[in-house]
Amino acid sequence: MDLLTELTILVLAAFVGFEVISKVPNTLHTPLMSATNAIHGIVLLGGLYLIGPAEGFLNNFLCVIAIAFGTINVVGGFLVTDRMLHMFRRRD
Amino acid sequence: MYTASFLQDPDFIRSLYIVAFALFIIDLRLMNHPRTARKGNVIGAVGMGIAVIATLLIESVGDYGLIALGIAIGTAVGVPAARSVKMTAMPQMVALFNGVGGGAVALISFAEYRGSLAAGGNPDLDVLIPILFAAIIGSVSFWGSNIAFGKLQEILPGRPIQLPGQQFINAALLALCVGSAIAIAAGTESEGLFIVILVGAALLGNMFVLPIGGADMPVVISLLNAFTGLSAAAAGLALDNVALIVAGMLVGASGSILTMLMAEAMNRSIANIFKGGFGGGGAAPAAGDGEEKPVRSTDPADVAIQLAYARKVVVAPGYGLAVAQAQHTVRELATALEKRGVEVRYAIHPVAGRMPGHMNVLLAEADVPYDQLKEMDEINPEFPQTDVALVIGANDVTNPAARDVADSPIYGMPILDVDKAASVIVLKRSMNTGFAGIDNPLFYAENTSLLFGDAKESVQKVLKELEEL
Repeated sequence: MDLLTELTILVLAAFVGFEVISKVPNTLHTPLMSATNAIHGIVLLGGLYLIGPAEGFLNNFLCVIAIAFGTINVVGGFLVTDRMLHMFRRRD
Repeated sequence: MYTASFLQDPDFIRSLYIVAFALFIIDLRLMNHPRTARKGNVIGAVGMGIAVIATLLIESVGDYGLIALGIAIGTAVGVPAARSVKMTAMPQMVALFNGVGGGAVALISFAEYRGSLAAGGNPDLDVLIPILFAAIIGSVSFWGSNIAFGKLQEILPGRPIQLPGQQFINAALLALCVGSAIAIAAGTESEGLFIVILVGAALLGNMFVLPIGGADMPVVISLLNAFTGLSAAAAGLALDNVALIVAGMLVGASGSILTMLMAEAMNRSIANIFKGGFGGGGAAPAAGDGEEKPVRSTDPADVAIQLAYARKVVVAPGYGLAVAQAQHTVRELATALEKRGVEVRYAIHPVAGRMPGHMNVLLAEADVPYDQLKEMDEINPEFPQTDVALVIGANDVTNPAARDVADSPIYGMPILDVDKAASVIVLKRSMNTGFAGIDNPLFYAENTSLLFGDAKESVQKVLKELEEL
């Protein structure tokens, strides 16, 4: 993909982000942050992508750590958000 | 291998990425309401699963043993941490997860740069510039988040730590990072210089969070979250990966919005917060301006009587409630009052606690229905009709000086107007000033009485007296 197409996507994504988030009530700000936090764990993909072609101990090592970090971010993030949201319920 | 070649078709993989980021957007949309939020989170997790599987299908991806190792380590650390963390410790948990995300970005950018050097030299600028950006922001985010974690976990002092010439040091570090990045972009091929960037940004991350006091943490965590998102988007540009670009940018944008909302709730500019040192004591016309002013202290029995015969009670919780883990006891007290026909509401200041919405999470944990949690703008007009405002471990967010005293450091910050209630009861550990180190005239007001002690113990005592009435 060429750079300009990617930048187009980037800018559109920024507007979508602004739009979607502005309506979230204060009540849910902590879970929201935790959820977006989990989503940026997607950097995990970068580690997966680079580890195959990576040559030499150091490059492989960097990728393994990156994958481990990304996984902590993703798995921990989604789980902890779920735990929090589980508590938000209306009294019957 | 026929099926494998269909699955490994780059267009198929890109289509899966489109599905993944669409699910992320749906996730965030469903976050708009407590009823749908949990489903949204599950949908986001599914999207992430799809994105990971799609990436594993790419032909050049290999070394599955090492991948499994990385994922196993991450799961072994992440799952128990997420399962066991207490709700009161949520801000530091989020800071930590955010930090590892930033760290992953920094490591990936380094690995990518080393890979290109080994393959013959600097990559083209459309790849190189995002790599450099990701390296700087990722490293700042990793170290900044770790410091934030340290402060929230009280490994480091929560008070601002400032070096002489802090601003100058920060500017110099930033110049070092940006200068080295420009040198590489201009054609220098040097791994050493790249390491200089990573280390410089690491120091910058440390230096820029250390001077920030505990009360400003909601803004800091939110900003660091946005940073990691932006750096992930940059990594996406470098790796030509749409899922990374969109997901990273969504987080970057939402984090920025949240940061601005928090700063607004404190009536301070973001620049002013990051200049740091708020609550350092120095210039603040703090507690020690002469005579000890008289306060009225009260006892649990009196508080119980006031509460029991009120028509309407508003609870204003703050960080002290979290520290004392008093959320469950408070909820018991509220239930006991409701049985007596008292109307109970909770007044939630946007920056009460240590992360945006912190109080909501704690009270939700204690089974307080979310429709009893009132945001500041909604509850403030109700205080004049409130019989008793019960302030539990909150200080600065109830300080009328923010409204009335033009030269107060917090002047202009929107506050909960608890002082307009007929009677104010403040549960407090001691007469210490709040995080901002500013004296609170509320404590000396005629309609205010103070109940000293640990918030949880005090509420328990009140509850006991209430039951005996």
